[in-house]
Amino acid sequence: MKITLYVNGHEHARDVEPRLLLIHFIRDELGLTGSHWGCDTSNCGACVMWLDEVPVKSCTVLAVMADGRRVTTVEGLARGTRLDPVQQGFTACHGLQCGFCTPGMMMTARWLLDHNRAPTEADVREAISGQVCRCTGYENIVRSVLWAAEHEGDDA
Amino acid sequence: MQVPAQVEYEKASSISHALSLLARYGPEARILAGGHSLIPMMKLRLAQPGVLIDVNGLANLRYIRVDRGQLRIGALTTHAQLLDSALAAEHFAILRDAEVVIADPIVRQWGTVGGSLCQADPSEDLSAAFAALKGIMVIAGPDGTREVSAREFHTGPYETVVGAGEMLTEVRLPISAGAGTAYVKVSRRAGDWPVGAVGAALWLDPSGVITDAGIGLTALGARHFVAAEAEEHLHGQRATQEAFARAGAIAAANCRPGADQRGPEDYKRHLAGELTRRALATAARRAGLLSPGGTNGVTPRSVTRTPRSEGAA
Repeated sequence: MKITLYVNGHEHARDVEPRLLLIHFIRDELGLTGSHWGCDTSNCGACVMWLDEVPVKSCTVLAVMADGRRVTTVEGLARGTRLDPVQQGFTACHGLQCGFCTPGMMMTARWLLDHNRAPTEADVREAISGQVCRCTGYENIVRSVLWAAEHEGDDA
Repeated sequence: MQVPAQVEYEKASSISHALSLLARYGPEARILAGGHSLIPMMKLRLAQPGVLIDVNGLANLRYIRVDRGQLRIGALTTHAQLLDSALAAEHFAILRDAEVVIADPIVRQWGTVGGSLCQADPSEDLSAAFAALKGIMVIAGPDGTREVSAREFHTGPYETVVGAGEMLTEVRLPISAGAGTAYVKVSRRAGDWPVGAVGAALWLDPSGVITDAGIGLTALGARHFVAAEAEEHLHGQRATQEAFARAGAIAAANCRPGADQRGPEDYKRHLAGELTRRALATAARRAGLLSPGGTNGVTPRSVTRTPRSEGAA
């Protein structure tokens, strides 16, 4: 089936099987390997990207369901050459160890901050409650997101 | 790597188009809504439809509104939309109680009310909530629409009365004065299926006598998700802690939970009783007719109702 997706602002047309999952389309067809493929059961959140403006666990969506829609992955997070405040926060607060959960965490964090400019720690923990980090115990991830909230617009 | 088996894919442009596609493909076809239950099932080959009919484009099935004394919820309404709906919360606090513990914030953006109901997982939360509220399911088919009680919607685990050529389009919840509702769930961790959960709805007359009661049990082996014997016990009783404890004991005695990795049967039976008691007490408090500490007190709404105590039953 022929589909066209607009990924990080670029148009991509492909002929795919209807059963192809969005995560595999992004990683294998387009070579955008920033999004990680983790548990395959919509539990871990490593594959979170945005479909239009809403985060989705892309192992649980068919690529054909995204036909004609916009997709934003972690590769589309930076604003030009400047890292998004969320990415800067993960750098500043050591928000990762192995980095496997990081792209999904950052996509959810960006979505949270777009809807809540001043989240509490509880807001951050609720937002990432469907995502799993097996390294950090979440403390530094939460700090990173709160750092980003504080520094939003610093370098605008 | 888990991927679904080969499948055909069609995109429906309207309800009538979806119905004509269902008619064309027959029992091999499945409606695809959010896909957050169906696609995992397809990966495991527990579902293997030949054709998926994607209804996500049917924006006219995403709504929450009050019409002729009923809260009407379109089948494609997402869990997040129901959770965020002030209108739904105003009439049925049980819906917010249930939605906030369904899956996680990302999954709730995509999973739909109708999809969850039609997946009919025995651990799914909304089925018991709608059973407690004595809701009505609206099903569209080739000969028009029909209405089915929420209590007759499920025919067994993963099975509903929705026929091969039909689709669920709406849930209707009757609104009446003097009602209080609540949902209480115990799960092992955030986002997990429940070990057990109970939804309760109470309809009280101004003197605090229960005129009607609805009790739904999730994952506890209750027929049609309903604790019918406990409901029966409450009819005509005063809304007291003793009555609720007794109803809990009756619910626990009459359900048939199965032992699994989430817990043994006796623990689940304990949950059925205790959660029934708590859900009823919270429902009564929200209806304004049970003092939090008292055993038989009837106190005005303004005294008993504090926002902070809402979810803490």
